[in-house]
Amino acid sequence: MKDKSMPCLMRKVKTPRQIYLIKRRTDKLTTILLQIGLLVAFIGIWELAAKLEWIDPFIMSCPSRIVKILSTLEMQELFTHIAYTLLECIVGFLVASGLGILIAILLWRFVKLRRVLDPYIVVLNALPKIALGPMIIIWVGAGAQAIVVMTVLICIIVTVISMLNAFMSVDEGKILLMRSMGAGKLQILFKLIIPANIPAIVNMLKINVGLAWVGTIMGEYLVSTAGLGYLIIYGKQVFKMDLVMASTVILCVLATLMYLAVAGIEKITKKRYHIDD
Amino acid sequence: MALLEISHADVIYQTEKSETEAVRDLTLSVDEGEFIALVGPSGCGKTTLLSLIAGLLTPTSGNVTIDGQKVEAKSGNVGYMLQRDNLFEWRTIEQNVLLGLNVQKKLTEESRRYALDMLDKYGLGDFKAAFPTQLSGGMRQRAALIRTLAFKPRLLLLDEPFSAVDFQTRMTVCDDVHSIIKKENKTAVLVTHDISEAVSMADRIIVLTKRPATVKAVFDIDIAASTPMGRRENPEFSHWFDKVWKEVTQ
Repeated sequence: MKDKSMPCLMRKVKTPRQIYLIKRRTDKLTTILLQIGLLVAFIGIWELAAKLEWIDPFIMSCPSRIVKILSTLEMQELFTHIAYTLLECIVGFLVASGLGILIAILLWRFVKLRRVLDPYIVVLNALPKIALGPMIIIWVGAGAQAIVVMTVLICIIVTVISMLNAFMSVDEGKILLMRSMGAGKLQILFKLIIPANIPAIVNMLKINVGLAWVGTIMGEYLVSTAGLGYLIIYGKQVFKMDLVMASTVILCVLATLMYLAVAGIEKITKKRYHIDD
Repeated sequence: MALLEISHADVIYQTEKSETEAVRDLTLSVDEGEFIALVGPSGCGKTTLLSLIAGLLTPTSGNVTIDGQKVEAKSGNVGYMLQRDNLFEWRTIEQNVLLGLNVQKKLTEESRRYALDMLDKYGLGDFKAAFPTQLSGGMRQRAALIRTLAFKPRLLLLDEPFSAVDFQTRMTVCDDVHSIIKKENKTAVLVTHDISEAVSMADRIIVLTKRPATVKAVFDIDIAASTPMGRRENPEFSHWFDKVWKEVTQ
């Protein structure tokens, strides 16, 4: 009888493990609550400041005005703008990442090519790509293609440089091992260099998500007739700050979603590659 | 006929600053089933010599042959075990062990069986699906050895294979590797700067001069013990140690 009542009593006394787990859980919960709280406070204070006219809602806009303009905008038109920007960004991102990796592979494989092109890569990296905007417009035309080219240009140089660095820093011992087994350059590439650099590639994708948005919006500022960048510029020209703010908010959401997608891929590869956070 | 034959090999490196003579007129031969240790002062070109035997480097003059054939990395005649285990973190132990067979396109049901049986035989059977990070240092080294043995090389090259393992595991790994090599009846060339390691493992020790490397002395070690640990405990051990030590440091 005494034995049976023991577990009941034990339940009230918390083990150090339980205390630790409870502490962790509350810690996590308060962090999330504070994060949400911060957002709510920001929106609330912004709204309040506009309502009480501490700030000029015409210039600073406010949450309710953003919601209002979003509801008055024709949904189909809004989605067209979103689709334009999203498509330009994704295409630019994919082309730049793919082409960048390909160029890095060629530079890794052909030493002579790497040596010859080295100063050119340095210059291209230093150059502010936005300066090429007018040229791009004349060469490829003032449309979505110009924006994709701009996005690619902004991402690709960094991709090539970081990927080449990663490829070159693969452990010499592993390369020697492959060579001693009689592996050729192609086998070393596909069995060692690329698999060894999957985490580096994912990391590069993460950086490119941010850069691709910079390229796309900059491109849209320069030439576009549609897209969120266009909406921002248009809103500024007609002094509709609500439209500028609303577009920015949508942009914020889209960029975050894309980043989260890549972060999801990262999580999977980290698991596969046994990298601890 | 000897398994490995190096005759009058010279290796001269060209760099922008200078010309370095790494190996000079080196001649040695290794018979089938022998365990040879190469020792010498640090920086004596031991690793160059291993690259030569592995067919990763052609001598400036002279010849290196295995079974009378000029060495080539492509032939898969030589298994090279490096200082660190160099297991690929993204491959399971099974996939790591099959790497050489994969590269040499020799992966058949039979060769696969042979490799996996070795994992079972040497205590890694339960870790086939594990990743290298889940194994201890000693186990990783054993996996690296099995990876080298999996494609049945004629000759094993061991480049200080225990230097990256901590001292306590080192002794057991040393015994492990030695017994696996003897059981599989392999010919091995060990390069080490650790004389006690050489004396405990080798049938024959070849002392090299400092750069440019050439053969300085040869010792046939005949300590009556079957394991490296047994040899270390044998009274003759220190006698041989001193002899080799004097030759290396002179």
